[in-house]
Amino acid sequence: MNHPQALRVVITDDEAPARSRLRDLLHDCAASLPIELAGEAANGRELLDLLQQREADLILLDIRMPEMDGLEAALHLQKLPDPPKIIFTTAFDAYAVKAFELHAVDYLLKPIRLRRLFDAISRARALTPLRLDVLKELAPEARTHLSVQERGRVILIPVPDILYLRAELKYVSIRTREREYLLEESLSRLEQEFASRFVRIHRSCLAAKAHLSGFERAAVDGEGGWVALLKGSDEKLPVSRRQAHVVREFGKTTL
Amino acid sequence: MASINQNRYPDRLPDFLNTGVWLRTVLIVTFASFVAAVLRTGAWREVVEEFSIVSLHVQPALALSMLALSAASRWLQRLRYRTGVVLTLALVLVATALTHRAGARLFGLEPGGLDRPLFLAAAAGGLVLFYFHLRSRALSPALTEARLQALQARIRPHFLFNSITAVLSLVRSDSRRAEAALEDMADLFRVLMADNRDLAPLADEVRLCRQYLDLEQLRLGDRLSVDWHVDNMPHDAMVPPLVLQPLLENAVYHGIEPSPDPGLVSINIYQVRGEVHVVLRNPYRKDGQHHAGNKMALGNIRERLALHFDAEASLESRVEDQAYQVHIRVPYVKDRTELRRP
Repeated sequence: MNHPQALRVVITDDEAPARSRLRDLLHDCAASLPIELAGEAANGRELLDLLQQREADLILLDIRMPEMDGLEAALHLQKLPDPPKIIFTTAFDAYAVKAFELHAVDYLLKPIRLRRLFDAISRARALTPLRLDVLKELAPEARTHLSVQERGRVILIPVPDILYLRAELKYVSIRTREREYLLEESLSRLEQEFASRFVRIHRSCLAAKAHLSGFERAAVDGEGGWVALLKGSDEKLPVSRRQAHVVREFGKTTL
Repeated sequence: MASINQNRYPDRLPDFLNTGVWLRTVLIVTFASFVAAVLRTGAWREVVEEFSIVSLHVQPALALSMLALSAASRWLQRLRYRTGVVLTLALVLVATALTHRAGARLFGLEPGGLDRPLFLAAAAGGLVLFYFHLRSRALSPALTEARLQALQARIRPHFLFNSITAVLSLVRSDSRRAEAALEDMADLFRVLMADNRDLAPLADEVRLCRQYLDLEQLRLGDRLSVDWHVDNMPHDAMVPPLVLQPLLENAVYHGIEPSPDPGLVSINIYQVRGEVHVVLRNPYRKDGQHHAGNKMALGNIRERLALHFDAEASLESRVEDQAYQVHIRVPYVKDRTELRRP
């Protein structure tokens, strides 16, 4: 399969037989196309982990997968400096297929025919890159992970690990127990997307409901007010007057 | 066992605003007048004349009755069937009495007593109502069956296409397993496409479910483990076909597929006195966004159980220590002749 300019392909599907079928078909294609199987992943997260270690030119990406589905994985992949081309694969997903058609996103229907795969791979290098806004429209549900780019790699941060999100000058900082990351997104968009997990305690801060342990009175900037306490952390987050109702609602099921 | 349609399709008066009802009523009464004309005459020659005389009495009464009934139809429909019948006949009698009096005055027909025309009007009215009653009886099982057909579970296309992919993956490497998988698929689709109105033995349903789970296992491998407890299962119990398979499909779709870790689906079928219990458990994932499809399948099965067994069957679902559980209870019916379906 090795060829100087072979197209490096990664298969991503949660079902082993589907991966093995694609492997067979790729092998058939390799007889007349310069391609090389660069790896296999069982879900979006594994795919992104795999791409930490090696480069790929084309991802055959299943949509419905556990842990992280294909649409979300595609979204995170766009953070790479030179993202691989993506061809989605799906058994049946009327909504996604309609959207793919609308936005001319490449996809293959399972069971995948050799001819179709061959054509899609032949055109792969010429594929136009996916647009972020299209991907966001395709995956309207809240992401399972946030991602940041560091030194040419995509770092995934599982949303349940996040303690709070704070708006900085141009960025949003993501705080987990271990460290801090900088994200180029708007806090209000994040607030909308993760409304069920985070609560706004300050104009510039969203706290994870699951990590809040309580509130206490404190003098902030010379004024009496509330601060939020976090489980397993000494950090205290100021609560603005405008958001003081959060303190009253805390402990009730509504929060 | 109570017949299930007693309450489901109650007797109703015909809707006299309906053109079909009009036509049928007019035809029945006119035909009855013709028979009466034939009975009253000695020769066929005289029948036409006699029929026109009978019609002269009958048709005005019929026309007035139909007008009155059309006007009162909406109101009559809302009454209880028996009350409706009594009032319908009363309206017909009043209309007959009125036309009889008017006829006597306008056309100088021999007045005669009112008793015979009233008796004949009541008989004709009763005949028409009886006809509509029988007709609705004959049609309502068709309605029930149409309903059952429409309710029948539909397999997810997702499962079909992924299974075909799985079989294709085996064709080169393990053709014997591919053959077995295709045979399982054929059996599964045979049942899915069959006429599933009648009850079928529980053992058949269980065999189908095993074949279905074999196919899922092919796709999901170690991620799916299945635990059957059917030692105390009454094999000959009759159940609605596809009562269990859609539930297993849900268990796999919502309980196994969304997780990368292995999960267990357990099926426990046993008999307690005159009842058969089926308990199905699968891992529950709180963050799943799935409930619409699941509710639809549960509603479908619940409705089919009700159509077959009325209140003697039940389906309950609940979440219990990270597991989703469905519990079905049906009467232990051995043969469908024991179950009187109207």
